[in-house]
Amino acid sequence: MTTTSVGARKPVRRGAGALPSDGAPNRRRRQLGDLRVALVFVAPALVGFVLFYLVPTVRGVYLSFTDYDLFSNPVWVGLANYIKIFQDKLFWNAMGVTTEYVLLNIGFQTVIALGLALLMYHVTRSTLVRGILLMPYLVANVVVALLWFWMLDYQIGIVNEILQWIGLPRVAFFGNDQWAIPTIAFVNVWRNMGYTALLLFAGLQAIPKHVYEVAALDGANRWKTFWKITIPLLRPVLLLVLVVTITGSFQIFDTVAVTTKGGPVNATRVIQYFIYQKAFSDQEFGYASALSVILFIILAIIAFLQMKILRGNENDLD
Amino acid sequence: MTTMTTPRRRIDWGRTAAWAALAVAIAVSLGPMLWMLRTALSSDHALASHSADLLPADFSWGAFARVFGLESPAQAIAEGGSGAAISFWQYLLNSLIVSTVITVSQVFFSSLAAYAFARLRWPGRDKVFSLFLGTLLVPSIFTALPNFLLVKNLGLLNTYLGIALPTMLMTPFAVFFLRQFFLGMSREVEEAAMLDGAKHARIFFQITLPNATAPLATLCLLTFITAWNDYFWPLLVGNDPSVRVLTVALGIFQSQSPQGAPDWSGLMAATLISALPILALFVAFGKKIVNSIGFSGIK
Repeated sequence: MTTTSVGARKPVRRGAGALPSDGAPNRRRRQLGDLRVALVFVAPALVGFVLFYLVPTVRGVYLSFTDYDLFSNPVWVGLANYIKIFQDKLFWNAMGVTTEYVLLNIGFQTVIALGLALLMYHVTRSTLVRGILLMPYLVANVVVALLWFWMLDYQIGIVNEILQWIGLPRVAFFGNDQWAIPTIAFVNVWRNMGYTALLLFAGLQAIPKHVYEVAALDGANRWKTFWKITIPLLRPVLLLVLVVTITGSFQIFDTVAVTTKGGPVNATRVIQYFIYQKAFSDQEFGYASALSVILFIILAIIAFLQMKILRGNENDLD
Repeated sequence: MTTMTTPRRRIDWGRTAAWAALAVAIAVSLGPMLWMLRTALSSDHALASHSADLLPADFSWGAFARVFGLESPAQAIAEGGSGAAISFWQYLLNSLIVSTVITVSQVFFSSLAAYAFARLRWPGRDKVFSLFLGTLLVPSIFTALPNFLLVKNLGLLNTYLGIALPTMLMTPFAVFFLRQFFLGMSREVEEAAMLDGAKHARIFFQITLPNATAPLATLCLLTFITAWNDYFWPLLVGNDPSVRVLTVALGIFQSQSPQGAPDWSGLMAATLISALPILALFVAFGKKIVNSIGFSGIK
């Protein structure tokens, strides 16, 4: 598409250069602007975009309507994959497990991050403190997962040693089907809380100071100021952060892949791990594509609802 | 201070509690990192009997030696390792190559595109830009499956290029990040150069880029860290030992534990080494990274 437009528009510009007094080519030139040079600048990124974002999105939807094992050509099967998915107990299990993970992860992460953001804002503005709190986020998911896999080990992990020292029973954090998802959710709360806090901290900094001064003059205490001023004015940022973190949370994969591998039994077979196994262990590429279309739709609906319900694009200052 | 001549300030309990909470948060963030170091410097056999010691249990560099293959298999097995040859140097090199290639080319090509979106006028510009932005919402698994097929069809499975290609030419975030910065830059010098007849290529390389070193450096850092930490995509297309990156290698290392009992100190030494380049970057450029995370830092 891009190459044809280059070819079609090249002569126009040459014409404009040859006949500067003529009105018509000049106008056309103005409409086209810097198109020729812009195409050169944007070409590599555009190729990357079309090849690795646009075409795969279309192809992913197409594959979801096919039966494809990677070796023979895809066979069109209409809605068969989707019908099969809705009857697949493992799919519903994956949805349930993923939802449980997202609720635990986002719930704790958002509350803790909000607390940390307030501390960053009110107690100390030290970059060092913010840096330390951000550090876990910069380390790879895989590293974080393995570190906690060790610290939460049933036999000799430090956390179980501490539990025993306090007088509590040991817990098989990754090995017990009740504990596995909360554990993975907690590990990622640990990794992401500083990052989320920094995003919210940036939002706090954007609230004008005079609003707080007026509140103080009116005799509002800290509690009231927080609920009546900080939270409403932080809402647009909070919403944006929630959309981003929830979208990320639904795509939990790395932690599961290096620790529980979906187990015990199906307790941590989250949706992205389920898709991965369908595509690469079972070679059901069409089925896996349909699963990822469903995941995509779910994420789009959630983002849309959040925007609607929380009225994120409106600011209470206006 | 026995006589209360000057009225002493009342202890602000709220503030004390806030500092205490912050101290806990810092300890929670740092503690596990230190525990990783402590375990990596322990002898694997001593870990069980000294599981709660704060200092390394029976201090030893053995775990690092095992990871880098400096010990004979017999010696490694005796110390609790798997004895299997681990080409950790190779994985370190692979990670370095892939992340560097992605960073340099992605930032370069994205800055070209960002210039076209911020400084040039052309039909369809805003439509193309919103299309770019729209893909920020597409989950990575969704494009990963078709991208895997594409890389497979191109015959690039298990090559550096195959791992790097999808993020080499652009990411929507990088284009967006640089466009925002270019829009905020003063146009005066550029316009003066334009009057002198300078071409856009010259303006871009001699004026815009040199004036944007700060955001370019920040973007390079963020891109490098993201590439270094990526697991899912390299797992799909780069599982062969010759191109295997560190994150993928760590996942395998974990499941190769001998006789059920993992070589914890070896594993922690390996994770520490994998995290080290990022931590070093963080020590060197921490302020830049911390300050880059705000609204534009939302990925």
